[in-house]
Amino acid sequence: MSSLFLFLSFVALLSALGVVLAKNPVHSVLFLILTFFTLSGHYLLLNAQFLAAVNIIVYAGAIMVLFLFVIMFLNLNEETEPHKPALAKFAAAIAGGSLLLILVAAMRDIQPEGYNATSFDSQIGMVDKLGLVLFQQYALPFELASILLLVAMVGSVMLGKREVGERNF
Amino acid sequence: MDFPPLAWQGVVVLVVFGVSLLIATYSTYAERVIAAFLQDRVGPDRAGPFGLLQPLADAVKLFTKEEFFPAGANRALFVFGPCLAMITALMSSAVIPFGNVLQFGDTAIHLQGIEINVGMLYVFGMVSLGVYGIMIGGWASNNKFSLLGAIRAASQNISYEIAMGLALIAVLMMSGSLSLREITFQQASDAPFVWQDIFNWNVMKQPLGFIIFIVCAFAETNRTPFDLPECETELIGGYHTEYSSMKMGLYLFAEYINVFVASAVMSVLYFGGFNFPFQSELRDWLVSSQSLELVTASNIITIVGLLGLFAKIFSFIFFFMWVRWTLPRFRYDQLMRLGWTILIPLAIFNILLTGGLITFGIIK
Repeated sequence: MSSLFLFLSFVALLSALGVVLAKNPVHSVLFLILTFFTLSGHYLLLNAQFLAAVNIIVYAGAIMVLFLFVIMFLNLNEETEPHKPALAKFAAAIAGGSLLLILVAAMRDIQPEGYNATSFDSQIGMVDKLGLVLFQQYALPFELASILLLVAMVGSVMLGKREVGERNF
Repeated sequence: MDFPPLAWQGVVVLVVFGVSLLIATYSTYAERVIAAFLQDRVGPDRAGPFGLLQPLADAVKLFTKEEFFPAGANRALFVFGPCLAMITALMSSAVIPFGNVLQFGDTAIHLQGIEINVGMLYVFGMVSLGVYGIMIGGWASNNKFSLLGAIRAASQNISYEIAMGLALIAVLMMSGSLSLREITFQQASDAPFVWQDIFNWNVMKQPLGFIIFIVCAFAETNRTPFDLPECETELIGGYHTEYSSMKMGLYLFAEYINVFVASAVMSVLYFGGFNFPFQSELRDWLVSSQSLELVTASNIITIVGLLGLFAKIFSFIFFFMWVRWTLPRFRYDQLMRLGWTILIPLAIFNILLTGGLITFGIIK
């Protein structure tokens, strides 16, 4: 299990670096998809099958398709890429550096507790356990989130509706 | 030599893989024969008896054709696109329960690649990844028609995934499980009433959901009437305009594997999977009148169920081809309108209806 973890972490870090370092934005998106896959692998190792599947469906399957969609339309490539001003590069380096600092500062005090093998519930990440927690402890936030998604979907249907007198041909 | 139990599962995985490829191969033949039948032509009849060796001849032709790379194409992604299409298509058949258990002494062989308790989500995830092969190939071709085909494929798949997911939710509300095996078992029936077996299939409880699902399956597999990504009259060949030789073959192959998987998923979710009418009566009759052991009788039932599932799958594949040679292609705006303003509201209505029927105890 540990070697699998190391392999997944290695690929995750490598592909995450690829996202940042790739010159071609389409390659960046593909590296990001690979990163999501390795994260799903980590979820599987943590016994969270549902989270792993949903991560693939939502992030790798839907959101990244939209990313790729937009980037393909923009047709960015190395020749047409504008040179960014030095100030933007400087600001980006500062922002990224401070984020790293905050992350390191937050992680520094973490004490890994380990787990008790006898009392550990191996079913903890399964769908039914997750459903019980969502509908008992977090029923209101869950319902609010689902209403938000439904409203967004209805809104998109309304936007796409044919207006009076409109013809498409 | 002792054969460990996990190795049997490996054999099952390999067999599922081989059967997927074989069915995809002969789908190309079936497509031509059915097209010929519907158009009152002869169809392929030169290679072998009834033209049965036609897929082999096609493979030789595709392998020996010139490997062509368009100018300015992204070579790595140009090769990667069809590979990805093929990989995602082949991965989805892993969780489909093709049959119940075969019992030989102590070894029990589950006729299913892998059993996971989120099987339905796995299939759904693989289907949603299938569009990458098309998008990457279309973009890497450095051709405007290919790019338009890729863009169409992406927006079409995303739009129809929503309606498909909502149709699945109604099935989930009844089954309470995401495991395809569990959903199959729930569609079995031991009731003495003769046709009860069929009435226990989900299609009887979810007719509207099934219609939504099959329309979305046509859109997700890019089959006519929704094959807009490769619409010849507008886009030459769509995303595979620039492809030749076996890379083209992989795209065509991936489409047929997707059709096979979609047919299998529909058979499992809505048509009872490996259950067939009178199965418990048949088993009882085998045990009591033919004095077989219960294990042998169960094995016979499993094999008949396996054949039954493949009969269901083949009828769905035939239905896919029948529709292809019968209906004309939609226009792109019609496709989008159908997906967003008809199928999604219908699917939401279906969820409400199912919820109501479950609350009042009419279906369970």
